[in-house]
Amino acid sequence: MSNDPTKKLIDDKGIRLDGRQIDQLRDVKIISRVLNNADGSCLVVWGKNKILAGVYGPRECIPRHDASPYRSKVRCRYNMAPFCSLEEHGRSGPSRRSQELSKVISEAFENVIIAESFPKTAIDVFIDVLQSDGGTRCAALTAAAVAIADAGIPCKDLVCAVAVGKIGDTVVLDLSKDEDNFGQSDNPMAFASRNGDVLLYQMDGLLTREETETALKMAQEASKKIHALQVEALKEGFEKKGIKFLPLSIKPEQVQ
Amino acid sequence: MQYREIDIERNPLQNAEGSAICRIGKTQVIAGVKIDLATPFADRPDEGVLSMSAEFTPLGASHFEPGPPRVDAIEVARVVDRAIRSAETINLKSMKIEGMDKVLAAYIDLWIIDHDGNLFDAGLMASMAALMNTRIPKVEDGKLIRNETSGNMKIGAIPVSCTFAKYGDHFLLDPDFVEESGAEGTMTVATTPEFMCSGQKSGPGALTQKNIMELIDISFEQGKNLRRIIEG
Repeated sequence: MSNDPTKKLIDDKGIRLDGRQIDQLRDVKIISRVLNNADGSCLVVWGKNKILAGVYGPRECIPRHDASPYRSKVRCRYNMAPFCSLEEHGRSGPSRRSQELSKVISEAFENVIIAESFPKTAIDVFIDVLQSDGGTRCAALTAAAVAIADAGIPCKDLVCAVAVGKIGDTVVLDLSKDEDNFGQSDNPMAFASRNGDVLLYQMDGLLTREETETALKMAQEASKKIHALQVEALKEGFEKKGIKFLPLSIKPEQVQ
Repeated sequence: MQYREIDIERNPLQNAEGSAICRIGKTQVIAGVKIDLATPFADRPDEGVLSMSAEFTPLGASHFEPGPPRVDAIEVARVVDRAIRSAETINLKSMKIEGMDKVLAAYIDLWIIDHDGNLFDAGLMASMAALMNTRIPKVEDGKLIRNETSGNMKIGAIPVSCTFAKYGDHFLLDPDFVEESGAEGTMTVATTPEFMCSGQKSGPGALTQKNIMELIDISFEQGKNLRRIIEG
């Protein structure tokens, strides 16, 4: 099934390959405080995606010449584990793709973290993709936002992200890997949850002007659901005591 | 001479052919196994490939930095690799594909997400738990069919290791990060039920010959319990 491009991505009743509606998110589970060493941490299970984020800081900025006398340096690193994909074993080290994603994710958080409070320091956000199935950058941003809040780093807002795409000439929410590979467009976005500001915007493929507008609305609507899960995860995380552990086997739940 | 609480989660990942998490106290190590087709080494044309690496991912400890593996990570990977290779846990000859010049390759990656000491023992236990749950994809017309399996990986002897931290004449089993940092050195002894299969003295402290024999004896004894935990 997964490698068959001829199979229709969306059937006559508007149901997608994995049984979802057009505007339905995959099952998502967010758990914060899963690591012992990191100052803040979060696991996001988003469909088959499993993303782990860990935050250190504000801490001394090394190398020193990276530091700013005015604000904390926000450095995000998006990294894919070599065993994360269903295909062959990955190469270690950052690819061109992961360097680009690290850059745009860092920039998204520079907008919300109150970095002026911690001059000359660095806030390091490390994101490991342990299992990938399309939409990892959105799940990564979602995980990183929770980990940053869990670390107690002052933020103006909680960032939440989701992708919209186009398959079978229809604009749909939250593309899976197959839908991304065989679809017509992919449009990941991240929002500041309170005012709806767009903090990350990427797209590829072809969309009409009207479709881009639909995509923005659809993504913002869905991001509210992700935001609610993030808040819930943080509340549960704050209650945790004793040794933390990463519940990597946990199953995601349907998002209402 | 007592371990912290040990916990193993089997097959937490689905894209990897095999996976496990091993926790010892606050230490957490993920092992992921990917199976691929590869060209065999020129001097061993009828043997499969086993490749082991360890990544000290920067979220695992404040002193881990992004970049290529440092010497500590390489040491962990190599000590664990030696234990599995020497114990003949995996029959590399069985990974030859008949009628083809390709062989199966098993790539084991240790992902250290929380470093609170004793990465050797946690890494070996995570690797073993992952290997014992590794599905071998079907091979057809020289290609791997990932969503079909020809069965689980066959496992021979199960190696387990015991790591000790040296303080003068005293040894601590299963040192945590602070204990490792303060010790003169550590000694790791990996055993199967019958043989010792990997060893490493790490750090500058010297061991007496008597020390070594005592630690080997303890490792054989402790190994029984560790093996029971891995077997679940």
